[in-house]
Amino acid sequence: MSNSVHVYDARTDHATVTAESPLAYSFQRSGMPAPGDASGEESRAVIGERAFLGHLILRGGAIVLDEALREVLGIGLPGRPNSLTVDADGQRSVQWLSPDEWLLIVPGDETFGLETRLRAHLGGAHVAIVDVSAGQTLIELSGEAAHEVLMKSTVYDVDPHTFTVGKGVTTLFAKTSVILRRPDASRWELIVRRSFADYVYRWLLDAGEEYGIGVARESRHEPQ
Amino acid sequence: MFHIYCPYCEELREEEEFHPKGQAHIARPEEPDTCSDEEWGDYLFFRDNPRGIHHEMWLHAVGCRKFFNITRNTVSYEILETYKMGEQPTITAEHLAREEKNAREEKTNNAQVAEGGQQTVGASDAAVASVKGAQA
Ligand SMILES: [Zn+2]
Repeated sequence: MSNSVHVYDARTDHATVTAESPLAYSFQRSGMPAPGDASGEESRAVIGERAFLGHLILRGGAIVLDEALREVLGIGLPGRPNSLTVDADGQRSVQWLSPDEWLLIVPGDETFGLETRLRAHLGGAHVAIVDVSAGQTLIELSGEAAHEVLMKSTVYDVDPHTFTVGKGVTTLFAKTSVILRRPDASRWELIVRRSFADYVYRWLLDAGEEYGIGVARESRHEPQ
Repeated sequence: MFHIYCPYCEELREEEEFHPKGQAHIARPEEPDTCSDEEWGDYLFFRDNPRGIHHEMWLHAVGCRKFFNITRNTVSYEILETYKMGEQPTITAEHLAREEKNAREEKTNNAQVAEGGQQTVGASDAAVASVKGAQA
């Protein structure tokens, strides 16, 4: 029953509390080498955090969720396993996680409104929507050696010819779990648990050292 | 290291992503209140430990996080098939025993033909070998 679910806006934009991204501490403690800084040469791998996005887990039947999502957001659920759908301007995405589970990522300030509208549309349907925005963060990885950094870190086949654009998997990454996906040809996205974000960040700095890895600052979107 | 086919992800994944979860197809007694202690004890504690074909539940732990079934040979570790929860195996110990018996019978038949100096189409390797042996 959707009317018995307590839904609230978990964002602190309107409050006087300062939000810190899951990697804020890591940037301070482990540093943020600027791209192209190390030896005057271009970085062959660049990472950056896209913090404060809205992450919603949708669970339920594919047909009812697909219909609601098309109505509310204008994009459909990816039906095939391990696939990812991105909207026209690349800001919103839905990824297949399991036969009855999808990950929806939208700009942070849209999260609460979207969840409310989805619930209204779904009515009493047997579904679950969970806002996991605070529990995980998204790290972008780009550059010509991006897949080489990944090859050092995961057993999954990340050859760009087999791991094509629009694919996304949950797999092992440096002994922890990660959601790895390829929204377009130029970049990879890693979605990591908040408590593992520092570990993954430091792993990436270490693994990317030989490619002169840099950390892009502009991809951090602070809440206003 | 194995590559295990997850029937939900529909692709081969690294063994590290999976966890074995014990014997599959264990039916819970329909009436726990009225079943005997022995039935309940068997259900809770007693598991098969066969030499050969075994059906097991596995979990795609770092992946889709779904349970599924594997038919596995406990001697060779060969994974013969994987299938979704609620489905039945196509390869069983009885099925293999039947195939083996058929193969044995076929071999006997072929051998009889071979003794007559003719080699039939589709003769098994063993039959071919026995023909060669006779010629040598
Ligand atoms: Zn799976």
